[in-house]
Amino acid sequence: MNSPLLIFAGKEFSDGLRNKWVAGATLILAALAFALTLLGSTPTGVLGIKPLAVTVVSLSSLTIFLIPLIALLLGYDAIVGEAERGCLLLILTYPVSRLEIILGKFLGHTAILSFATVVGYGAAGAAAAWAGGGDAGSWRAFVWLLLSTVMLGVAFLALAYLISVLVKERSTAAGIAVGLWLFFVIIFDLALMGGLVASQGRMGAGVFASLLLLNPADVYRLFNLTAFENVRMLSGMAGLSAAVRFSPLVLLVVLAAWSVVPLGIAAAVFKRREA
Amino acid sequence: MAAVTLDNAAKIYEGRPALAGITLAVPEGKCLALIGHNGAGKTTLMKLVLGLARPTSGSVTVLGVDPANARKSFRRQLGFLPENVAFHEELTGADTLAFYARLKGFSARDCPALLDRVGLSFAAFRRVKTYSKGMRQRLGLAQALLGTPQLLLLDEPTSGLDPLLRHEFFEIIRGLTQAGTTVILASHVLTELEARTDLAAILRQGRLVAFGDIEQLRLGAGLPVTIRVRGDARAIASKLDGSFLKTVEPNGRSIDIDCSVEDKMPLLRLLAGFGEACADLEIRPPSLDDLYLYYSGRGLSAGNDGPVSP
Repeated sequence: MNSPLLIFAGKEFSDGLRNKWVAGATLILAALAFALTLLGSTPTGVLGIKPLAVTVVSLSSLTIFLIPLIALLLGYDAIVGEAERGCLLLILTYPVSRLEIILGKFLGHTAILSFATVVGYGAAGAAAAWAGGGDAGSWRAFVWLLLSTVMLGVAFLALAYLISVLVKERSTAAGIAVGLWLFFVIIFDLALMGGLVASQGRMGAGVFASLLLLNPADVYRLFNLTAFENVRMLSGMAGLSAAVRFSPLVLLVVLAAWSVVPLGIAAAVFKRREA
Repeated sequence: MAAVTLDNAAKIYEGRPALAGITLAVPEGKCLALIGHNGAGKTTLMKLVLGLARPTSGSVTVLGVDPANARKSFRRQLGFLPENVAFHEELTGADTLAFYARLKGFSARDCPALLDRVGLSFAAFRRVKTYSKGMRQRLGLAQALLGTPQLLLLDEPTSGLDPLLRHEFFEIIRGLTQAGTTVILASHVLTELEARTDLAAILRQGRLVAFGDIEQLRLGAGLPVTIRVRGDARAIASKLDGSFLKTVEPNGRSIDIDCSVEDKMPLLRLLAGFGEACADLEIRPPSLDDLYLYYSGRGLSAGNDGPVSP
């Protein structure tokens, strides 16, 4: 625990515990996941669909709205907030590198997100398993759901950090964070849909699919709704996935790039700027 | 050997010069007071010394190295108290200090002793949000003292401290300089710095308008000594010749006489001869406030001859 990286990560996580971020995020995710699991399993008995697969579909739709918001709110003031409180100026005079500061804090926030996701969704998964169980395929889909959810959160956390190093005021950062959420979660898909309609089908499936990769939330959606056989049948994405064949690996790499690139730019900007 | 040297250092922020042509040296174990208005460049100068900003031109040398390019272990030798720092409200004072100790690479074992030294051990396990301004300032000072730094920089360190705490604070600084720590402190509250710092640097709009020990500055300014006499003011005024600048208080019970340093003793002898008319007297050398006004006024009217009188 003596590396500055781990000191910052530990501080961020324990601050998260102290100011109830961890508890709040975990409870919200668990409550909604439970609700979806219970609702999802009511009508399924007759049709013989595995409840866990249903849970994966409904949870991934929920995640697309919730996780980006949690990640952006968690991360937007990571740097600008410290700067505003005067702590950053002080910490920069300590024998630590700027890379250690930004990556350490990022690591701590990632730990908070992962904890909330794994515990919150894991509890719901356990409930679904207890209620109806699931075959090995559904379980695999569920584990990948947890992993990709953390990756989605990390991608938006990286975007939040980028905002946090670029702006000078905390309130500006908050505004941009909310704007970014609206853009990626709502406006982007609407715009894409509009474009599709306006082009009267001239937009090829390949172009359409490539455009989806420009939004981490859509990459996440494609991954969870098309990658697994059990899930694809339920998600209504079977038709799309026939046309759009990105392998799950490609989608995961793109999702990972969505965290590495913004975080890399944020670190580079932070490293270069003067206090 | 000088602990801190600035050689013709200048800093331009977004086209606006924050500091220009600063040349000064602070010997090891001395205490330098940076004096100036808000925006005069005190904090910028501190940032240059801390290596948080690079000089646009000129050079800065701190403890033998260039602070902006030094290895990070160099910063273990520094202590810094920023002007405005808000520690995490939910943490206790002891936890806050332990975090900073670990960050600086020191054991948290010495923290209780340090809290005791700044007089905060009674509140060590209370949350920072219950602290008063003075207690927060003491926590900030404790943080700056971690690991007994070679160079200590304090930005407005005594704001929010009551006179008793201020006294304790300067006692701590004195102990440090005696042990060889070099201290730079910025303040716009001037009177309290008097007799407590070895050197003073007066900044005005990013320029160094005066630098030296306080006695030198006093002689250089040639400001008059004021002697306030209580007694029969009008009688005294009529007995003194016109070479002194005299101000009689409206109530007629005291009189302020300005005289040069050379005229001081003859005037005192004269006053002593007045008998009952002169009941009591008080000698006031020019204060740091007066010196500041004198030097910064002169800086402002650079190009004109003759100092602006305070």
